[in-house]
Amino acid sequence: MKQLPNRENRRRSAGRWRVLARAVPLVCGLAAAAVASAADTIKVGVLHSLSGTMAISETTLKDTVLMLIDEQNKHGGLLGKQLEAVVVDPASNWPLFAEKAAQLLEKDHVAVVFGCWTSVSRKSVLPVFEKDNGLLFYPVQYEGEESSKNVIYTGAAPNQQAIPAVDYLMKEVGVKRWVLAGTDYVYPRTTNKILAAYLSAKGVKDADIMINYTPFGHSDWQSIVAQIKKFGSAGKKTAVVSTINGDANVPFYKELANQKISAEDIPVVAFSVGEEELAGLDTKPLVGHLAAWNYFMSVDTPANKEWIKKWHTFIKKDQRTFNDPMEAHVIGFNLWVKAVQKAGSVDTAKVIAALPGLETPNLTGGVAKVLPNHHITKPVYIGEVRADGQFDIVWKSPGLVPGDAWSDYLPGSKDIEADWVSLQCGNYNTKTRTCSGQNYK
Amino acid sequence: MRALYLMLVAVGYTMGLVSPAAAADESTVASAPYVTAVAELREASYSRKAEIVRNLAELRHPGTRELLAALLEGNVYSRTSDGKVFIVAPVPAGYALTDPLSGKGAGTEPETGFEKVGINNALRRVIRGALAQFDLSSPDKGVRLAAVKEMLRSFEDGANAPAAGIAMSLLDTQLKKERDAAVKHEIETGLALASLGDGSPARRLAAIDALGSSLNPEVYNRLVTLSDPSGESDVNVRLAAARAVRHIEAWRNFYGVMEMLFFGLSLGSVLVLAATGLAITFGVMGVINMAHGELMMIGAYTAYVMQQLLPSAVGTSIVLAVPGAFLVAGLVGVLMERFIVRYLYGRPLETLLATFGVSLILQQLARDIFSANNRPVESPSWMAGSLQINDALSITYSRLVIVLFALAVFALLQLILRRTRLGLEVRAVAQNRAMAKAMGVRTGWVDALTFGLGAGIAGIAGVALSQLTNVGPNLGQSYIVDSFMVVVFGGVGNLWGTLIGGVSLGVANKILEPYAGAVLGKVLLLVCLILFIQRRPRGLFPQKGRAAEG
Repeated sequence: MKQLPNRENRRRSAGRWRVLARAVPLVCGLAAAAVASAADTIKVGVLHSLSGTMAISETTLKDTVLMLIDEQNKHGGLLGKQLEAVVVDPASNWPLFAEKAAQLLEKDHVAVVFGCWTSVSRKSVLPVFEKDNGLLFYPVQYEGEESSKNVIYTGAAPNQQAIPAVDYLMKEVGVKRWVLAGTDYVYPRTTNKILAAYLSAKGVKDADIMINYTPFGHSDWQSIVAQIKKFGSAGKKTAVVSTINGDANVPFYKELANQKISAEDIPVVAFSVGEEELAGLDTKPLVGHLAAWNYFMSVDTPANKEWIKKWHTFIKKDQRTFNDPMEAHVIGFNLWVKAVQKAGSVDTAKVIAALPGLETPNLTGGVAKVLPNHHITKPVYIGEVRADGQFDIVWKSPGLVPGDAWSDYLPGSKDIEADWVSLQCGNYNTKTRTCSGQNYK
Repeated sequence: MRALYLMLVAVGYTMGLVSPAAAADESTVASAPYVTAVAELREASYSRKAEIVRNLAELRHPGTRELLAALLEGNVYSRTSDGKVFIVAPVPAGYALTDPLSGKGAGTEPETGFEKVGINNALRRVIRGALAQFDLSSPDKGVRLAAVKEMLRSFEDGANAPAAGIAMSLLDTQLKKERDAAVKHEIETGLALASLGDGSPARRLAAIDALGSSLNPEVYNRLVTLSDPSGESDVNVRLAAARAVRHIEAWRNFYGVMEMLFFGLSLGSVLVLAATGLAITFGVMGVINMAHGELMMIGAYTAYVMQQLLPSAVGTSIVLAVPGAFLVAGLVGVLMERFIVRYLYGRPLETLLATFGVSLILQQLARDIFSANNRPVESPSWMAGSLQINDALSITYSRLVIVLFALAVFALLQLILRRTRLGLEVRAVAQNRAMAKAMGVRTGWVDALTFGLGAGIAGIAGVALSQLTNVGPNLGQSYIVDSFMVVVFGGVGNLWGTLIGGVSLGVANKILEPYAGAVLGKVLLLVCLILFIQRRPRGLFPQKGRAAEG
């Protein structure tokens, strides 16, 4: 390398020093700020897709968590510290969920994560949470057959949504023939497997069950709806149990209306269609179709009314809907706050140990209690779609239903039990008396 | 269902206009059972409400028709202060009340003090049945026909024998005075259906004879039961029923095939619409335009915006959206051609990447302007419901309109390409650019217009898609692969090939779907297509002669 002239060299090094002299206090300041913030705040991770196909459903969940954190901070924070949200965007990309989860746990050292929607995203982050001993609150109804030490399932298990809905149709509506229609992925397939087993246990013949799967975003429903119509004209009362997810619902309901299948002839009970999904739809032809959830925005309780008012003030828009998974986050957040207060620390192991047995009120009445299997108790509601996109509640479970992680109707999972209090195991086989590790096959 | 519903509402209004006058003198004599039944509606359970509705229908009070129609519409409320039941009509100041007992107006009160009298599906059906009994004497034969059909459905319910008995006797009386042949036929079917359960075998045989050519699914189910030894003791009746079942099955199968062909045709017409624009940009100009789907998306959003501008005129806004979408998408197409594509002619790989980039930009723009959520585009009333040809075959209007629309767009395009100067120049440039240039054709100008034409047609396809599927930023992605498939299958550069290719792919898909399922059906179709392209790489109708040498 060529030697620079001396003068030049000196000036350069002087310049370098000047820059350094300016930078040092800045860096020190930043470091101090970082230390201060680490000491003063508790970090809460938010792992919901803000772009891509799931953004439609998940963005509002992020808003819900931000609102909850805001509320908590107004009331003096937690353990004398303020809460701080760390929001990441896994972009509806399942492997990215795992990466972002690792980032939250290992780099940001968050105390808790609220996140995921689809089952595949939950399955993708599960190994990360178990390796780093994190804590995830999962707010969406799902297919069950899972119980992790590091996850609290605040959404419905099949026995808190699908089974009561089928019971309602069987007993109250007198349905004899069943169409199980779903999108082709893990949640509908497992749910339909459980439902088919449940129906045949109730004496429904195979000829009276029709199972149909369609790809994500299916738009040409003509022949499937015609098939359903034909299946339903065999002289027995027929209903469709729909686990169709996302966009595909819109053309599905449109086609039902066009082929003049009304809710009075063949009612459709949906597990993934709520207020948020109906907001983008012309609901007039849908009046009378059903949905089963653990929360409806139209449930008339003072707590619910007050909450919706607060939500509208926070989000600054009066038309925004509030739905079941959002309520699940409210419940999950309140439970976490209580657990931290009980444990006196945000240490994950202590919080997880404190959680089972804790209770918090639902927005619609009753209490949500954390069970040893990391699921919670929930009321079940069945609603009929109204012309304004809200639901009229036509049935309510007599009491609270405890979530069952392992379905009693599937041959493989009948003998499995999850208990993180006495057994310390998520899948204990009561026949062989063994705990076979997390991944049950 | 919607047509029936509209009729009911229409009749409700006319009756509503008539009844207050009629009720004026009868208001004082509103019978005691009627008054209690109405008062009880507020607190009753759903099953109790169903009983009340049946009682009300039997009492035949002049205001019943109006009350039941309002209940079906969800316009019956109870006042929380005194529990009194009213028929309400929402007005700006709150609710305009009508007293169902007297039929008179009872002033206007704010919404807050009222609670809706709820109904559910089972109750809706009972109310429709009750309303049908009133409509049986309507002067309009369409309303009568709908009423008879509605009453026949109450036979299906089985569990409800007394209601079926009342319906039977009402139908019997109506048959005697009925003049219209269609209504008469429907009543006779219903009565024959009821007498299939008659004690005497001779009556049953006669009923089977009368029903032998009916396509009503209810009739079919009953005949199937009768052809089985467990459901019928008489041998002759059994044989006759089995014969009738075979006859009906043959017709049902025939209409099943017709229906499947129509479904295929309608799916095919959607494919043709989506692919026609591409057939021009890719087929005629040879540009691989990955943003083709997004041009359709722009068309669909144009329909949405048009509907926001004209919220009260749904039909007009959709019609206006067609030229609107052509202009907007066409303009975007021309800009794309002028600023990007024209620098990349003859370099297909770069064109592909550049247009793919444009497609991402357009999608993100849509997300920023209209948000990631889907936007609802309402269907006009003339596209809702279906054309009932007989009990086994009905064609939905929305699909019928799209088929006709696709054909019209295709014909118009052919006309432009064959009969106008622009069309001549487009063909000239596509066949031999240098020669066309030498003859004085402004090739650059023609390129821009051709690309704009293809883009505009994609926009028109978007308007049609807004009636069938979700209008959202991802709309285009779901159709881009299908569009390329159709163009390649039909033969690049041949518009007729696109038409035949699209329709045959649609029909093939619909034939496979019932057997293989929606997912596997599509896979099978793709495999067949790949094998076909292996055998005939230039598609169904390859271009011949000089044009083929490009």
